[in-house]
Amino acid sequence: MDVAALAVDQLVVRYGERTAVDGISFSAEPGSVLGLLGPNGAGKTSTVETLEGYRRPTSGRVRVLGLDPINERGAVVSRIGVMLQRGGVYPTMGAESVLRLFASYYDRPLPTAELLDRLDLRRVARTPWRRLSGGEQQRLSLALAMVGRPEVAFLDEPSAGMDPAARRVLWDVIRGLRDDGVAVLLTTHDLEEAERLADHVVIVDRGRIVAEGSPADLARSGAAAEIRFGATAGLDAAAIGRAVGGTVVEERPGEYLVGVAASPANVARLTTWLAEQDVAVADIRAGRQRLEDVFLRLTGQPSAAEEDRAPRARGRRRGGRAERGRGT
Amino acid sequence: MRPFLAQARAEVLMTLRNGEALLLALGIPVLLLVFFSTVDVLPTPPGTADPVDFLAPGILALAVMSTGLVSLAIATGFQRGYGVLKRLGTTPLSRPGLLAAKIVSVLAVELVQVAILVPVGVALGWRPEGAVGAALVAVILGTVAFSGLGLLMAGALKPELTLALANGLYLVLLLLGGMVVPLASLPGPVRLFARALPAAALSDALRASIGTGGAVPGRSWLVLAAWAVAAPLAAARLFRWE
Repeated sequence: MDVAALAVDQLVVRYGERTAVDGISFSAEPGSVLGLLGPNGAGKTSTVETLEGYRRPTSGRVRVLGLDPINERGAVVSRIGVMLQRGGVYPTMGAESVLRLFASYYDRPLPTAELLDRLDLRRVARTPWRRLSGGEQQRLSLALAMVGRPEVAFLDEPSAGMDPAARRVLWDVIRGLRDDGVAVLLTTHDLEEAERLADHVVIVDRGRIVAEGSPADLARSGAAAEIRFGATAGLDAAAIGRAVGGTVVEERPGEYLVGVAASPANVARLTTWLAEQDVAVADIRAGRQRLEDVFLRLTGQPSAAEEDRAPRARGRRRGGRAERGRGT
Repeated sequence: MRPFLAQARAEVLMTLRNGEALLLALGIPVLLLVFFSTVDVLPTPPGTADPVDFLAPGILALAVMSTGLVSLAIATGFQRGYGVLKRLGTTPLSRPGLLAAKIVSVLAVELVQVAILVPVGVALGWRPEGAVGAALVAVILGTVAFSGLGLLMAGALKPELTLALANGLYLVLLLLGGMVVPLASLPGPVRLFARALPAAALSDALRASIGTGGAVPGRSWLVLAAWAVAAPLAAARLFRWE
């Protein structure tokens, strides 16, 4: 009988009065990447840590490779690899030593040298953990999660603190795991990462699933009746609305939502207006949204990547109001 | 077996490569032993021929305490703070396996301490008397008691607090443990309190077994055994892995 690599069934996790996970169900097959997305406090880490056997479900059931992660811990731990959100490594031990130590926990570990090369850690093989950069620590954590040849890998925000080059390495390694038949559960704030890597995406908010599907499915859903574009902030929304025959909202500075069908004719009207005004356009999405847009619509808040940009945008807006205030 | 052995080896290496731990395990005991054996400023009980006869067993007790209590507490506390203990929870190294590795590493470091401190004592004129078996039992009971206390702190308190408390306890037990200052020199009520502590019980037991060669007082065995049962039990109940 085929057993799902991961099965979460009506999972509820409560901490005292607070409900962190409120009836979540999903499953993942071997050789696939499942992206678990959601804002901070959505219940991602509680879900993952229940699967890892760190917490008991308040109700519902989780299975890893058909096994109970707490009651059958001994059978589970030799078949999973875990990358915690941060830390988890002896601070004074060198990268290669800690990798060798973790390798000794498993019956058939990957060769340490191969992992150092694959994760581009050869140069820091003798550097203690606490002197590694954030990205190097993340890559060593990933190496520790892989060293036992796991059948299921839990990666909790693996790209946090990584520069773009390190992220490429990470993504290649995750694709390699999937191609080797590993089921990867990936939690991330980085929607580009989910879009590129995940076969199936589950978006959670306040402990519940608000959407799931392939990144392409999610991007298509509910998108046909709107066009989105990014351009200079502060354009005349009413004027654009008159040009395309629908309402236009500037959702955030420089991000516009046009409430008309995503037809070629409407796109043409929009681009004509933009061209006449000589507006610098960042992008136009008609009929297909970025995962970012889906996430924003469903959870009502920007992802971490967007938050990074937001303070500047808010600052600009406040500045604008102040100027108007002086004017009146 | 392999994970356990590799872990024990790693724990020993971490201790021996850690400057502070090494200072505590070897530097301070050797310094105290040499200094107070050659500079005659400490009171020694009447009938002690040479200060080193009194000091050497006490310093061995100090060595057991510094490794079992202080080094273990600080290292484990920070490993817990850094999420290392949590991370190990999802590897095939079981929690009993990790604990066993820590105990073995404490015993191994103690072996190194004995291998250095005994020759230093002998060079200073110490002539250890015979009851090695009783001394061995006392060291094992003391190790269990101190390690239990160390793990209790490491598993229940913040790492910074564990660090401060372990160092404070080290100083208090050094002074009240009959290690360098004879209990007889302490004021009455303090002496009574000190006798109930595992430090004094261990140094008394060591002094009786390999210092003067007499029989270990029953009270010392009782106090040591009580701490060796109570401390690990409390640690097991209160230890939090993350």
